Amino acid sequence: MGKVTGFLEFERTDPSKRAVTERVRDYREFELPIVQEELAKQGARCMDCGIPFCNTGCPLGNLIPDWNDHVYKNEAKLASISLHSTNNFPEVTGRICPAPCEAACVLGINDDPVSIKLVERSIADRAFAENFVQPILPKSKTGKTVAVVGSGPAGLAAAQQLARVGHSVTLYERDDRLGGLLTYGIPDFKLEKSLVERRIEQMRAEGVEFRTSADVGGSITGQDLRAKHDAVLLAIGSRKPRDLPVPGRELPGIHYAMDFLTQQNRRVAGDTVPDAGAILATGKNVIVIGGGDTGSDCIGTSHRQGAKSVTSFEIMPRPPEERAAATPWPQWPLMLRTSSSHEEGGARDWSVSTERITGNGRVEALHCVRVEFRAGKFERVAGSEFTLPADLVLLAMGFVHPEREGVVEQLGVELDARGNVRIDKAFMSSVPGVFAAGDCQRGQSLVVWAIADGRRAARGVDQYLMGHSEL
Amino acid sequence: MPLPPRSGLYDPQFEHDACGFGFVAQTNGQASHDIVKKGIDILLNLVHRGACGCDPLTGDGAGILIQLPDPFFRRECEASDVELPEAGKYAVGCVFLPRDKHDRRRCMHILEDKIFGTGQRLIGWRDVRVNENALGPMARASAPVIKQVFIGSTADDEATFERKLFVIRKWAERTVRESNMAGRGSFFIPSLSSRTIVYKGLLLAEQLAAFYTELTDPAMVSALAMVHQRFSTNTFPTWELAQPFRMIAHNGEINTVRGNAAWMSAREQLFDEEVFGEDVRQIMPIIAPGGSDSAQLDNVAELLVHAGRSLPHVMMMLVPEAWQNDDQMSQRKRDFYEYHSCLIEPWDGPAALSFTDGKRIGGILDRNGLRPARWTVTKDGLVVVASETGVLDIPPENVERKGRLEPGRMFLVDTEAGRIVEDEEIKDEIARRKPYGRWLRENKIALSEIDASPPTATRREHASLLQRQKAFGYTEEDLRLLMAPMAEKGEEATGSMGTDTPLAVLSDEPQLLFNYFKQHFAQVTNPAIDPIREELVMSLKQYIGGEAQLLLELPDHAQMLELERPVLTNTDIAKLRETHLQQVRQPPTLKMLYPVAEGGAGLKAALDELCRLASQAVHEGQSLVILSDRGSNAEYAPVPSLLGLGAVHHHLMRNGTRMRIGIIVETGEAREVHHFALLVGYGAGAVNPYLAFETIDHLVSSGSYPGLKDPETARKKYVKALDKGLLKVMSKMGISTVQSYHGAQIFEAIGLSPEVIDRYFTGTASRISGIDLDVIAEECRRRHQKAYPQVTQPSPLLELGGQYHFRAQGERHLWNPTTVAKLQHAVRAEDAKSYEEYSRAINTAADGAITLRGLWEFVPGSLPVPLEEVEPATEIVRRFATGAMSFGSISAEAHENLAIAMNRIGGKSNTGEGGEREERYTRDPNGDWRRSAIKQVASARFGVTTDYLVNADELQIKVAQGAKPGEGGQLPGHKVDAIIAKTRHSTPGVTLISPPPHHDIYSIEDLAQLIFDLKMTNPRARISVKLVAEAGVGTVAAGVAKAHADVILIAGHDGGTGASPLTSIKHAGVPWELGIAETHQTLVNNDLRSRVVLQADGQMRTGRDVIIAALLGAEEFGFATAPLVASGCIMMRKCHLNTCPVGIATQDPVLRQKFSGKPEHVIRFMFYVAEEVRTLMASLGFRTMNEMVGRADKLRTRTGSGNWKAERLDFSDVLHVAAPRPGVGLYKCIPQDHGLEKALDNKLLELCEPALARKERVSHSLPIKNVDRTVGAMLAGEVARRYGRNGLPPGTIELHFQGSAGQSFGAFITNGITLELEGDGNDYVGKGMAGGTIVVRAPETATFRAEENILIGNVALYGATSGKAFFAGRAGERFSVRNSGATAVVEGVGDHCCEYMTGGRVLVLGRTGRNFAAGMSGGYAYVFDETGDFEKRCNLGMVELEALSPEDAAFVAALIEEHRDQTGSRRAASLLSDWEKTLPRMLKVVPLEYRRVLEELSRAREKSATSHALPVLQTAGK
Repeated sequence: MGKVTGFLEFERTDPSKRAVTERVRDYREFELPIVQEELAKQGARCMDCGIPFCNTGCPLGNLIPDWNDHVYKNEAKLASISLHSTNNFPEVTGRICPAPCEAACVLGINDDPVSIKLVERSIADRAFAENFVQPILPKSKTGKTVAVVGSGPAGLAAAQQLARVGHSVTLYERDDRLGGLLTYGIPDFKLEKSLVERRIEQMRAEGVEFRTSADVGGSITGQDLRAKHDAVLLAIGSRKPRDLPVPGRELPGIHYAMDFLTQQNRRVAGDTVPDAGAILATGKNVIVIGGGDTGSDCIGTSHRQGAKSVTSFEIMPRPPEERAAATPWPQWPLMLRTSSSHEEGGARDWSVSTERITGNGRVEALHCVRVEFRAGKFERVAGSEFTLPADLVLLAMGFVHPEREGVVEQLGVELDARGNVRIDKAFMSSVPGVFAAGDCQRGQSLVVWAIADGRRAARGVDQYLMGHSEL
Repeated sequence: MPLPPRSGLYDPQFEHDACGFGFVAQTNGQASHDIVKKGIDILLNLVHRGACGCDPLTGDGAGILIQLPDPFFRRECEASDVELPEAGKYAVGCVFLPRDKHDRRRCMHILEDKIFGTGQRLIGWRDVRVNENALGPMARASAPVIKQVFIGSTADDEATFERKLFVIRKWAERTVRESNMAGRGSFFIPSLSSRTIVYKGLLLAEQLAAFYTELTDPAMVSALAMVHQRFSTNTFPTWELAQPFRMIAHNGEINTVRGNAAWMSAREQLFDEEVFGEDVRQIMPIIAPGGSDSAQLDNVAELLVHAGRSLPHVMMMLVPEAWQNDDQMSQRKRDFYEYHSCLIEPWDGPAALSFTDGKRIGGILDRNGLRPARWTVTKDGLVVVASETGVLDIPPENVERKGRLEPGRMFLVDTEAGRIVEDEEIKDEIARRKPYGRWLRENKIALSEIDASPPTATRREHASLLQRQKAFGYTEEDLRLLMAPMAEKGEEATGSMGTDTPLAVLSDEPQLLFNYFKQHFAQVTNPAIDPIREELVMSLKQYIGGEAQLLLELPDHAQMLELERPVLTNTDIAKLRETHLQQVRQPPTLKMLYPVAEGGAGLKAALDELCRLASQAVHEGQSLVILSDRGSNAEYAPVPSLLGLGAVHHHLMRNGTRMRIGIIVETGEAREVHHFALLVGYGAGAVNPYLAFETIDHLVSSGSYPGLKDPETARKKYVKALDKGLLKVMSKMGISTVQSYHGAQIFEAIGLSPEVIDRYFTGTASRISGIDLDVIAEECRRRHQKAYPQVTQPSPLLELGGQYHFRAQGERHLWNPTTVAKLQHAVRAEDAKSYEEYSRAINTAADGAITLRGLWEFVPGSLPVPLEEVEPATEIVRRFATGAMSFGSISAEAHENLAIAMNRIGGKSNTGEGGEREERYTRDPNGDWRRSAIKQVASARFGVTTDYLVNADELQIKVAQGAKPGEGGQLPGHKVDAIIAKTRHSTPGVTLISPPPHHDIYSIEDLAQLIFDLKMTNPRARISVKLVAEAGVGTVAAGVAKAHADVILIAGHDGGTGASPLTSIKHAGVPWELGIAETHQTLVNNDLRSRVVLQADGQMRTGRDVIIAALLGAEEFGFATAPLVASGCIMMRKCHLNTCPVGIATQDPVLRQKFSGKPEHVIRFMFYVAEEVRTLMASLGFRTMNEMVGRADKLRTRTGSGNWKAERLDFSDVLHVAAPRPGVGLYKCIPQDHGLEKALDNKLLELCEPALARKERVSHSLPIKNVDRTVGAMLAGEVARRYGRNGLPPGTIELHFQGSAGQSFGAFITNGITLELEGDGNDYVGKGMAGGTIVVRAPETATFRAEENILIGNVALYGATSGKAFFAGRAGERFSVRNSGATAVVEGVGDHCCEYMTGGRVLVLGRTGRNFAAGMSGGYAYVFDETGDFEKRCNLGMVELEALSPEDAAFVAALIEEHRDQTGSRRAASLLSDWEKTLPRMLKVVPLEYRRVLEELSRAREKSATSHALPVLQTAGK
């Protein structure tokens, strides 16, 4: 599809970004839209492979060659239908997904891969702009009710799917706003929150009942949910952050990244954050520990808050510039990635381990050492110790497992060795009628996986309730 | 004596035969013993056209038919005091009887009983004098007791007597057949007539007279003798299948016989007592069971003759000319043919037939003229007709004229009238017998003549389109990949890289019933046809309605509806519904719908009801009925249209009313060519695909397909694509007319249960059982549910499909992201673990088996052997070959990479069909060798030069290829760059066409000849024949083994390809598991297995695949796709578009640079496979590959395969273990006897040694006979071996021959060799000529006019690459086919001259046949157009005609002079002497593309005189 010789004629275009000097002054999205004419060329680069590795590279199984072709032919509506047939929230993944599809793109073997993510976002944005996105209602209701706990991407996707096959879905969210990680975890400059809100509007119209500030695990127990609903789906994420157990960890000025990011998202949303608990980078030497996406979000947010300096450390060695031999195509490549936040400034360093933190009543300095990864263990490099001044330390080292206290314990679902909810092929936990989707069963992962899980779990729930499924 | 019963996969229904035949007659009817003797002589000179099996003393059969020798029988009877009535008043029957005395007496008694029963008089019996010592052991073991019965006539006239004799024979045969006698199978009556007698048996030619000693008795006199020597590709030749039969002898094959036979048995239900009186019931069945195709044709010919038609009339009816597209045929003859096409469909296939009623004897050729038949008439009234010229020694001065049978033409000797009756005369006389034209005008109606009714008829239901598409299982792929290209381009869409999805019965997706059927195709025993270039023989015309009784000839017979094609538009069917006609009353519509909730039972009930209603329609006198699946809704789902049709067709067949009614299918289901082929093949007279048309309208209006402009054009193109596709499917089987294809059931089912087959698809091969109606209904329900979901709104999208391109959501593929990535990683990173993961993913797909072998497991309990005792991997890889991929379809980089890899490990790579560059013959400095060990010889013979042949370890004749068996190919001009063009001896930028058939293999004896040709040229190479698996391939392989192939390769249906129509990739051929098992079993049963290497290929991927192939019977193994994947192929499936992004299947220089494969990658793959093989061998307890071959007992069906439909499959026949004769191996251990030592070339080598050793000039003169075949090839091979492509200096070797040369005279000769033949030549003169000169002229003493008489046979200069040839006389059909560089002069040619020619020059100084220059893309032809009508006989599809330029004129004049000097041609001399008159009548035939490319080339040269670079030919072939 696309154009047979498109890949020979056109070059890859990446989305243009607002200038760094401009974008760090606000929290609006940094990526700019692309014109249809250019977009068609990007679609035309798709080679319509006999085996589209992108299609399986994408956890959702997005029909990438199919919608690339629609884009090439400027068939916006068909593109939207095709895209939405596998992905409930392409406007989200089109912005924040690391795009394993592009890593698997066949053109990427010896050329620049197709800019799939850009195409995806463009299709989704145009779908909203042209009102293609409408509620999809079932022909009839099944009379079954389902509780979905957690309104992150997994919960939302599952709820939407279940509503569309006629179930009465109640989605419980303990925060004041819906969206979970999408709303409070991802900075606005990557994902403006109006996008999440308009999607939730669609779901409301489709009949999903939302309960925010719902104290599931507290005032609403697991037993309550089971009594009230025919099935329960946990999509509570993996919220237990990994800590840095070193001397000085207790000093003020050391925070989990998610707390820092959430605060800023609230500010952007118009909430007032009391000065008392405020975590701000303004005028500070900021050190971000952890080189992943969350770390990168902390860097971007720190820039926008006006940090004096931003340094980030990663304990793993610096990855190669190109795809590492150990991760051949079409696998997700181990390689150096530079995010928009990195472009905006700050220093990055690798193979660094923090040994202790010192300060006088507040964090003042980080004492680090270089490490080498040998035989599965990090070993200090003698004599490589160094110290860095720090006013704010953000811990972005990932999450370990879902919170056990509360609903997980109340429902009595079995956990696996890593502390995640154990599920079967149909996404059902050890307790019949209780299902789990997203990070709470998979462990910390990508949004695209959360959506994929939500969809599959919804199918499991539907099958459980109806004996068969039209999903 | 009868064929053995079915065992394992061997099935006697797949018998074929072919052979040499001939007759000799004294025109004036003077009977003499000399004629009998001459008949036997003809046989002796056709020995090489017959075959013998593993027992060299037992032939496949030979026989002779002569007039009843009254003097002989009178003398014999007198000796035993029996009084014979006068000649003509008694008959003699030749009778084969059981050896058991008791049974024999019973048989004789039955026969006597029928003689009395018909009121005739038994005179007595005599023992035929035979000498059983003359027989081979196998023939003797099955020899019957042979007696003759004498019957006196009580009838008024001879015709009535003959008819009574016919009844006696049929009646007796049936009575014996239906008896419980143990020996009933031995009873057979070769002849029973007052006019003729047949002596035949399981004999070699030379055994005939030695066995039937009385044949040499001087009293054995006749004025005519018809003889036949059989080469059966059946594995078990029998006494009764020897020929001649009672009226005909046949060389060739009736491709349509299954349909013909089925229709015949339906037709006989209509016979009443008008012709045969009350005897009519006794003669049924007309077609005796167990007969070969030829025997069945004889049965019908006899019937029609006894019913009152003359034998020539009957032959015209059964084997009509290609009248449909012949505008030069007289109206009267057309009327005759058209009228008779309302009575009976053609018995179609390559056929040279001789026929006689005892007074007249004649020959006829089928419409394609695919069998040779040469005739000579002497001045003293002797007529000789035979497969070859030179079968009798006739002094040249006694020859009055010589000729050949032409396509569709008849040659008749009337011994009563004492003359030869010309084709035109006899046919005109027959065509005048009745007012056929008037009968047609008054009765027949053509659909096109009916006025279109108002568009009220076209029901538009667009709103529900999507829903209905879903109910019929339409997928996005159907629309995008299949239908849109058809509607846009008017032809089928193309794809590449084979198929790797599950068989329908293994698929989890609901499959259309169509997908359970695989198309059959012709291979070896009969050729596929090229329906594009040889369109003139093809026809889609169809006549439907109720038939009248075949035995009569009345105006009513023409009361039929004529259709241009079997596809009806929505308007067409509306016309039929709404117009009231005499021929077709408004036909009733029967609904093919069933209550979906009721499942299989509901479906069954609906089918029963459908049958009941059809019978009712017949009862009401309807002549047409429409089966329709319109009107499905939430409750009612459509019945699979093929099932509904099959139910009605076979129901009516069974109750004998099928001929009374025509069936039209109105279905939303049919959309691709395969579907239509199936519907027509199972009895639909026409098909209306209403939903396909609506879909196309929607595709147009959607705007998604810029190529689709307006609905009307799109629909027309779609229909055109269906037309072409149907023609192609038919032609794959060698069938020319849709009438013959109709109801012929040329399919094999995979995965349908016997209940379904027996009831709805009666007679279809289905070898592994499978699903029943319940499962079919479940598949319908799943589709239906998508269209009518309960809770959700139906999705706005169709299912994706994923059949052609992988989709995570669609059908499963063996090549998928995991397997490709794992394999590539394994070979690049040398990661054995990654290979293991790959292998595991292929061998035991977690989500269910994809292949048949995936359903099997190894029988546990073998005693393992230590791994180190198993033969080493370095030995195992020697059994591995890479598949045939041409340089052209893949890049030089990829091609040479494979060659280097295989040479390093001692395996074999394959050139594919595209030649090989000379540089590759010598090793590289680093020791690597880029030469392919296997050199392929395919239909277009690209680059097949003598030095190519001698630089090979194996020569592989590609008869068929897995992805598209029965089809040819095309290399588009834009892929033909300078180097490829050079390698293929063609012009850069010019499209190259490979025709479906090898034009020198129309029959098994032709294949034997080509094997001989190649072996002669390179005696050191083993000869391999590549076949594709289908039911019956074992039988074909047995024939191929008897034709002396050293290797037989059985390819699976799923093989990769550079380009093939998508429906061929999916629907033709069967998996190699079935093919290998059948072939191995058949070869073992026939004791031929130990003479050939059996090789398996087709999507082999792992060591387990190798093991399974070996256990089923293979000893060598081919891999194609997998080594390509190892070299970097990522299954882009864009090979046909030249855009391969990894530099493999492309010639684009930019893309080629992206090739990153290394020989090491391929080598590692091969060794990983070999090591996996070793591990499995160890666990199974095998130390060597050889001991593993054929051990199918080590396999069994796996339980819990995870495939819901596969549970009912039954593999007991596939896993049947064939037991060899004690002491004989199950793998190749005995070399074939090619008989090279007897070749004349041995002498030539001796004589020419001074030239070979020292380049000295030699010149010799020798006699030659037709049994001296392939003269010159061994000599040429030696020249090429010693002196390479350039050969010897011109004139070094001069050889002069006198006599009739055998086939392939001068094949593959090279520079430095001149062969001069004074006499005449047979087929294939100058085949593959690669230099040198051939001169053929009539002897000085001949008095006939050379330019009017046939000098050389068919297919001369096929695939010639250079050299010069001068023929002072006429040539047969297909002169200079695929010439790419030779210059030839000839004084007249048959049909299809210069077909597919790509280079060289051909000058024709006399009349040409039709279809000149079809598919000619290069070179020039010059034709002396004496009668000014050449244009009509030229196929102007790719060429145009022009006058000669001064340069051309000079060239032609010089060439004619040379011709005159070389041959002494009077024709040449006279043309030159009157040059002023000659020149204006000379025409030049110029291929358009060739001219354009040459012009571009010369422009480019002018532009940059300094640069030698070729221009990029962007526009070519797009």
